[in-house]
Amino acid sequence: MSYETVIGLETHAQLATESKMFCGCPTKFGAKPNTNICPVCTGQPGVLPVTNKKAIELAIKTAIALNCKIEPQSVFARKNYFYPDLPKGYQVSQYELPLATNGHLEIEVGGNIRKIGIIRVHLEEDAGKSIHQGAGRILGSASSLIDYNRTGTPLIEIVSEPDIRSPKEAAVFMQALANLLQYIGVCDAKMEEGSLRCDANLSVRERGSSEFGVRTELKNMNSFKAVEKALLFEEKRHTEVLADGGKISQETRFFDDTTNTTHGMRGKEEAHDYRYFPEPDLVPVAPDKKWVEAIRSALGELPEERKNRFIANHRLSSNDAFLLISQRATADFFEECVILLNKPKIIANWILGDLQAYLNARNLTIKQANFSPVQLVELIQLIDKGTISGKIAKTVLIKVLETGNSVKDVIAESGMTQMSDEGTLVKIVQSVLAANPKQVEQYKAGKTTIIAFLVGQVMKETKGRANPGLANKILKQELDT
Amino acid sequence: MNKKTAHELNNLLVNKKISSVELTKAVLDRIDKTEGKVQAYVTVTREDALKQAKAADSRISELPDTRIPLLTGIPIAIKDNMCTKGVLTTCSSKILANYIPPYNATVVEKIKAAGAVIVGKANMDEFAMGSSTENSGLHPTYNPWDLERVPGGSSGGSAAAVAANECILATGSDTGGSIRQPASFCGVVGFKPTYGRVSRYGLIAFASSLDQIGPLTKDVTDTAILMNVLVGYDPKDSTSVNQPVPDYQKALIDNVKNLKIGYIKELLGQGIDQEVKASIEQAMKKLEELGAKLIEVSMPSFEHAVATYYLIAPAEASSNLARYDGVKFGHRSKEAKDLLTMYYNTRREGFGAEVKRRIMLGTYALSAGYYDAYYLKALKVRTLIKQDFDRAFMKYDVLLSPTAPSIAFKFGEKTADPLAMYISDIATIPINLAGLPAISLPCGFSKKAPIGLQIIGRAFDEETVLRAAFTYEQNTDWHKQIPEL
Ligand SMILES: [Zn+2]
Repeated sequence: MSYETVIGLETHAQLATESKMFCGCPTKFGAKPNTNICPVCTGQPGVLPVTNKKAIELAIKTAIALNCKIEPQSVFARKNYFYPDLPKGYQVSQYELPLATNGHLEIEVGGNIRKIGIIRVHLEEDAGKSIHQGAGRILGSASSLIDYNRTGTPLIEIVSEPDIRSPKEAAVFMQALANLLQYIGVCDAKMEEGSLRCDANLSVRERGSSEFGVRTELKNMNSFKAVEKALLFEEKRHTEVLADGGKISQETRFFDDTTNTTHGMRGKEEAHDYRYFPEPDLVPVAPDKKWVEAIRSALGELPEERKNRFIANHRLSSNDAFLLISQRATADFFEECVILLNKPKIIANWILGDLQAYLNARNLTIKQANFSPVQLVELIQLIDKGTISGKIAKTVLIKVLETGNSVKDVIAESGMTQMSDEGTLVKIVQSVLAANPKQVEQYKAGKTTIIAFLVGQVMKETKGRANPGLANKILKQELDT
Repeated sequence: MNKKTAHELNNLLVNKKISSVELTKAVLDRIDKTEGKVQAYVTVTREDALKQAKAADSRISELPDTRIPLLTGIPIAIKDNMCTKGVLTTCSSKILANYIPPYNATVVEKIKAAGAVIVGKANMDEFAMGSSTENSGLHPTYNPWDLERVPGGSSGGSAAAVAANECILATGSDTGGSIRQPASFCGVVGFKPTYGRVSRYGLIAFASSLDQIGPLTKDVTDTAILMNVLVGYDPKDSTSVNQPVPDYQKALIDNVKNLKIGYIKELLGQGIDQEVKASIEQAMKKLEELGAKLIEVSMPSFEHAVATYYLIAPAEASSNLARYDGVKFGHRSKEAKDLLTMYYNTRREGFGAEVKRRIMLGTYALSAGYYDAYYLKALKVRTLIKQDFDRAFMKYDVLLSPTAPSIAFKFGEKTADPLAMYISDIATIPINLAGLPAISLPCGFSKKAPIGLQIIGRAFDEETVLRAAFTYEQNTDWHKQIPEL
C-alpha cells in the first residue's frame, strides 16, 4: 500500500521591535536575568497592556509578504493557564479573529515550485524562561528560577495549511519562511537562537484518500535540519504503525536531537482548556487602510514579485530566478551586476554556480564574502575579451574570494592571462608536433579529428593559458604545410 | 474642621485661616477617636500624610491664590485596590496582605499632583467582590450611622470614612454599584463616571470591562472637584477614552427646568422597601416642583441584569485573579511541596470564600462547552441592556431610581444567602453593564439610616447628571446630616 504524508507547520517568529508587545521594556537578547522587566510585563496587580504599534506594523508587513488578507478588525484574547513563567496567568494572543488570513508562500523543491497555503498570521506575547535546577523540567527539579526578560516579547504565529507533503518540503518551507522574514526585516529568524520556532503536525494517509489520518504534534525542533529529521522519524513511525494495521494516537511528541527520535510525554497528557475570551483591557486592532497601504508600499518589491520580474525582464528560468531571490543580498548582488553588464543569464550562472558553491562550503553569506558585483563583472568581461579562459576564470574567482585581492592582481600574480602571442605559440605547437609523431601521421592520413588531442596537448603545455582558438589555427597551419 | 467639605476647606486654606497640617492632624485625631468603632481603614499613612500636608502648606504660601489647585492640602482616603508606590496595597485580601506596589496608579499620581494629602487606604470587600465590606479578608467596616449595620460595599471603607469625617473625600471603584451603594448606605455622595472616563491603570482589576474609579464625597460640589482631578485620557489604559474633558464645576447649575427625567418602573416596584420607595417618590416630587418633567420609563431587560453581571464579572475575575499564584508577590503557602501544591495552598489560604465562589463561577462560564451558553449569551444580554438605555435616552435627559432597594442591612443578614446579597445590587448593576455615568446622593432616612437617590446619565454626559444632583442637593438638607458617633 502506498502512503501519503500530510504536514502542517505552526511557526512562531520574534518580531524585531525595540520594545516589548505591551510595555516599554527593551527586547534585547542576552541581558542579565530580570533586568528588562517592569510592573506591566511581570503582571503586577493593576497594570494594563498597551499595544506596541511597531509590532502590529511588522505583523502586517509579514502578512502582506505572505499574500494574506489583512482583517479589518482583529481581537486579542486571553489564553488562560497556570505556569510560573507566565506572570499574569494568561497569555495575550489573538484567537478567533486573527490579524490576517488566507495567504500563501511559494517554495521550490526538487525543481518544482509548490504553493503552500497560509491559514492565518496572528500576534501574541512570549512567556518568560524557566531554568530548572537538578532536572530537565519543573517536575523533580530541586528548584526553578524564572527570567522574565523574554516575557512580553512580541511574536507572530504563522499557521500553514496542511499542504506540505514531505519532511524535505517542510524543511524547505521553514528555510523559505526564514528567508522571507529576514528579507522584509521583521525577524532575524534564527532557529538555533529561538527567534524562529516551529511546531509541526504530521499525519499519514493512503495515497488518493481525501481524509486526513490521525496526526501527532511535534515540538522541540531547534534547527531546519531538526524539523526535517523529526518529521522523517515520525513519517516512518506512522507508516510502519499503519502498515502493521495499528493505530496512531493523537498526541504531542518531543524531538530528541541526540537520538533523532520523537517520544510522547510520559503518563497521561493533561487536556488543556485555555478558556479563551476577548481581552477586556485592549481594544480591537483595526488598522487604518491608509496605514496598511503605506506599509505595503514601503515594503517595496516582494520576493515573489522580484522573481517574476527576473523571469520577464532578464529571461531567467523560474528556477534560477527563485534561487536568486531566496536571499535578498543575492538578488541585490545579481541586479547590481546586471546594471554593469547586461548578460543576466551568464551572471546568474556564475552567482548560482561557482560563487554560491564557495559560499555554501564555508557557510558564508554573499555579504560576508569580500567580493563585489564589480569584480564579478570584470571577470566575465575578461573572458569575453579573451584575456582569460572560462576555466581559468573559475580558478581566479576562488583566488579572489580567498585572498580578497583584485581580479587583475590575481591574474597578474599567477601569470594566468591567456597566451595569445603567435610567435610563442608556434614554438610550443612545433614541439608538441615533434613529440607526437604518431598522431601527426594519423592526421595526415585523413583523421583530422585528432587535432582536438593535439590542442589538448598544447593546453597542457601552457597550463591552460593558450588561447584555444589560436592554438587550433596554428596547429592546422603547421600540419597542413 | 474635618466635618467641612473640600470646597469650604479650600477657602480656609487659601485664606490661611487654617493650615493643611492642622487639618490633617484634625483628621488623624478623628481617626484615632472613631476608627475603633468604624474600622474604615486598612492602612493609615500618618507620617506620609503629615509630610504631604507640610508640602501642601508651602505650596499654598508660594503660589498665587488663583493657581493653587482646589484639592491642595485636603485629606483624602484611597480605596485599597488602587496602587500606591511604597505603601501597602492589599485589596483587603490575605493574598496581598504584604503587597507593596512598585508604582502609583494613574489616579494616585493625579491626586498627588493636585496636592491632596493621602491619609490612608480604605477597607473594602476583598478584590471589590461584595456589597457590604463583610467580605474584607482583613476586618469588617461599620456603618457610622448605625454600627450594627454594614456600610455597603465594596467601597465600604471609603464611604464610611467620608461619613465619619475620617477624611474629607475618598476614591472608590464601581464594578456593579461599589461606589453608589455604599454612598447610599452611608449617606454620602458617590459617583461612577462613564466607562473610559477615568484611567484604570493601577486599579487592581476585578472585572475589567466594568470597573471604573470615581469619587465619594460629602456633597455634589466636592464630587465635581474630585472628578476634575480624576478624569482624562491615559495612554497607559487602552480602554480610557481620548475625549475632551469638561470642567465639571461649571456643570453645577441650580436649575432643572424642563429637564426630562425618566423614573425606572422596574426599580420602584416589587422588592423595593416601602420607606425607600416613599423617599424616592418625595425626591421625584421635589424635582417636579423645581421644574423637571418626570415620566415613567420601563427597562424590560433589567430583569436579566443581575444574572448577566454574575457571568461576565466572575468570568473576567477568574482570569484577572490568576496572577495571584504565589510565584512573584503576595502570599505564598509555606505548605508548598511542589508547583501544584504551591498553587493550591497559596490560593486556598489567600482567597476568601466569596472570591473563590466567583473564580469558580467564572472559570465554569468560560469553560469549553459552556462558553457559548453562558459567557457569550451574557454578552448578548448586555447588548440588550445597552439598547434599553439607548432607547430611554432618546426621550429623557437622565433616568432616576433608588440606588439600593433597602437601607443598609445588618451584619450577617445576607451573608448566608449569596443570592440575596447579589440582588441588592439590582439598581446599580445595569448601569455598569451599559458603561454609563450615575450618581448616588442622600435623599432621606429610614430607621436613622440613609437612603440614596440614583441619577443616571448618557455616556460621557456626566454634566447633566451633576446638574440634576446639584439642583436637588441645593434644595434639600439631607447631605448636611452628620452621624453621631
Ligand atoms: Zn515591561
